Amino acid sequence: MIHLETPKKFAMLVDQAQQVATQVFRPISRKYDRAEHARPKELDMLAALLDGMNASGSGEGAGAAGVRRERAAEEGNRNGSNLSTCLGIMELCWGDVGLLLSLPRQGLGNSAIASVANEEQLKRFAGRWAAMAITEPGCGSDSAAIRTTAVADGDHYVLNGEKIYVTSGDRADLVVVWATLDRKLGRAAIKSFVVEKGTPGFELVRLEHKLGIRASDTAAFVLKDCRVPKENLLGSPEVTPDKGFAGVMQTFDNTRPLVAAMAVGLTRACLDTTRSVLARAGVAVDFDRPALTQSAAAAELMRMQADYEAARLLTLRAAWMADNRQPNSLQASQAKAKAGRTCVDVALRCVELCGALGVVEGEREVGLLEKWARDAKILDIFEGTQQIQLLIVARRLLGKSSSELR
Amino acid sequence: MKLGKRAMGLGLKALNRVAGASLIDRLGLRNPTEQVLYQGAKAGFGAVGLAARGVRATRKLVGPARLEPARSSELFDLTPTDEQQMMREAVQDFALGMLRPAASAADADGVAPAELVAEAQGLGIGLLSVPEALGGAGTERSAVTNVLVAEALAQGDMGLAVACLAPSSVPLALSLWGDAQQQAAYLEAFATEHAPVAALAIQEAHALFDPFRLRCTARRSGDDYILRGDKHLVARAGAAELFVVAAMVEGEPHPALFIVEAGMIGVSVTAEPAMGLRAAEWGRLHLSDVRLPETARLAGVTPERYRDCVQLSRLAWCALSVGTAQAVLDYLIPYVNERKAFGEPISHRQAVAFPVADISIELDAMRLLTWRGASRAEQGMAFAEQAALARRLCADKGARIGSDAVQLLGGHGFIKEHPVERWYRDLRVAGVLEGVVLI
Repeated sequence: MIHLETPKKFAMLVDQAQQVATQVFRPISRKYDRAEHARPKELDMLAALLDGMNASGSGEGAGAAGVRRERAAEEGNRNGSNLSTCLGIMELCWGDVGLLLSLPRQGLGNSAIASVANEEQLKRFAGRWAAMAITEPGCGSDSAAIRTTAVADGDHYVLNGEKIYVTSGDRADLVVVWATLDRKLGRAAIKSFVVEKGTPGFELVRLEHKLGIRASDTAAFVLKDCRVPKENLLGSPEVTPDKGFAGVMQTFDNTRPLVAAMAVGLTRACLDTTRSVLARAGVAVDFDRPALTQSAAAAELMRMQADYEAARLLTLRAAWMADNRQPNSLQASQAKAKAGRTCVDVALRCVELCGALGVVEGEREVGLLEKWARDAKILDIFEGTQQIQLLIVARRLLGKSSSELR
Repeated sequence: MKLGKRAMGLGLKALNRVAGASLIDRLGLRNPTEQVLYQGAKAGFGAVGLAARGVRATRKLVGPARLEPARSSELFDLTPTDEQQMMREAVQDFALGMLRPAASAADADGVAPAELVAEAQGLGIGLLSVPEALGGAGTERSAVTNVLVAEALAQGDMGLAVACLAPSSVPLALSLWGDAQQQAAYLEAFATEHAPVAALAIQEAHALFDPFRLRCTARRSGDDYILRGDKHLVARAGAAELFVVAAMVEGEPHPALFIVEAGMIGVSVTAEPAMGLRAAEWGRLHLSDVRLPETARLAGVTPERYRDCVQLSRLAWCALSVGTAQAVLDYLIPYVNERKAFGEPISHRQAVAFPVADISIELDAMRLLTWRGASRAEQGMAFAEQAALARRLCADKGARIGSDAVQLLGGHGFIKEHPVERWYRDLRVAGVLEGVVLI
């Protein structure tokens, strides 16, 4: 039966996440925007709470590990941890995207481990904070072109290369590093390896200074003859042309809805704040009367809210499909594309609607709008840029390979 | 949507289509479904036109028969019920198999072929709007089913879809807001295969038209109302026997709805060919001092219910836009793959492939917003905001999708050999109109 409301069983989770966003994230938003690279200590206790929720099972796997595709326990419609995680993230990112990314043990590496690790690895890496290292100085979107190599040597792989833009790279305990077993074999030979911090040859080079999400550290690493145990390879070590790369890419089907959810949360923050600023200025949206019979500001709010709702429902659909074990690559990319561009468009337009109020740095509410507008841009870039999402969507719709539609 | 005794009330014409649906066997529904079809077909024959029957009360009702809200759901769910899926497949087969081939001529002539409209009636369209107590198939509000049906029909052709659907807006309005007398007088006629043509007339022709601030007025005169004004873009106005007309009542701040019979003194209709949806047989309805008894005013139309009416029609326009946008996407994909330029399919270029991707994204979003509005409406939840947002998105993106589709076909998009120029016109018009169809 078609029903697109937030399920009642997640109401408490959404409410808790909203309280965290309001009471924990928002009050320290500006502090860590200014203190780039300082670790937000306030989040440690919160992370412990999240761990507790996950362990008790009551949170329905709220967090980065919620993307693991459990075997469907029952027949019929399922609202599971993919959906609840998206709903939680939307609320938390209404609070602050940078702080959400800084939540200990909730890294994208954790999602990767949850998506593709075997049972033994799951157990071994449980409770550790895992970052994700894909991008290199010479390759971004073109992840099949990575140059970091992994060479088998006895019980180990020896990794060599450079990685940049590793979110939480400094603070995490583990980094999931993408490397190729044989550059001649192309994407099929690309595997992901869990590298422990402190492994000899794994060296943090620098932390980046960024446009937004400054609360989150973004690290660059060099791997010099870094020896990683063979059992730290995620997925199959075989190089099979049709399966290999698909394995590591599978993570994205699960994590793109989460990043889309971040964008949705930030979009709502901008809209909520702008709506109250405009209300104080005497502008309110009337949902009955046609948009064009209202003020330009009201009409613009309505248009943006429609785009927001579009991004939100596309995101929930992708997560719901994951919960129901339906293939969702296409829908995950559609959601990410829509949510990414919507949050940038809405954030920049809200700054315009609020004028100087939206430009000046403040501690709360509209004072944070300029920060959200800076934070927004990364959401249309990481975890696959707008253009990459469109490529994925178009290739699927048109039945084209990556060599045909480039 | 729950299957009632006569649910779907499918007529004989639907038999083959539904009987062929594999879903029936999968669900083990063959026997009950056959029964429903038999009942529906039996009721469908022996029906006569409204004029021949007269429009006086044929049945005494203690109170109005209402469609109850659908049961509410606990979980997020994008799967239509089995019954909805069956209905959708049957209507889609009809739309693609029968409406699409007829669309070009219907558009050129500005006429919906009568046999197609009759066949659509035979599929049970409209029967869900009439409560079971009055001979229909409706047991509860079925806005989502209506949305799925509108989507499926518009996938064939939006103009013909409007021609098929518009008359059912009147029985739905009567079911939702009519009193016992009004229902008894008119509703049963709509529960037959030869339902009368009827139309919901809200639209007027002035810039920045606002359906809450109408120029059409109803002045009191003793116990009567005197109706005056023009309604524009009324679907199948020339054939309609019955209108439900929105007007401002003297001394009241909110519009009301009135039942107007085509034969009344002062009612006239002129053809009004338009940019799009020409198969809807647009007409202008002139009301020059039409004297109506007090009982012609739809009693249940409070300001809140009039708002529902406007928003339900917006959701219908959204559903129709979704169906046509789906037709656009399904047409574009093979076209851009087959069309070659510079030695390869044009779909190998991002400048072509990306707009196709964008169409799919906005189309799916349009559908999701529409479904959410309809699902809230049928469960008795507030839905004005959701309907308004769906409308905003569908009006903006629908027009954009039509334009991008013509652009991608280039010169071919501009000539009538391809349906795309028609979709361009239809999608623009769908974002403009108020009223006409309800869900």
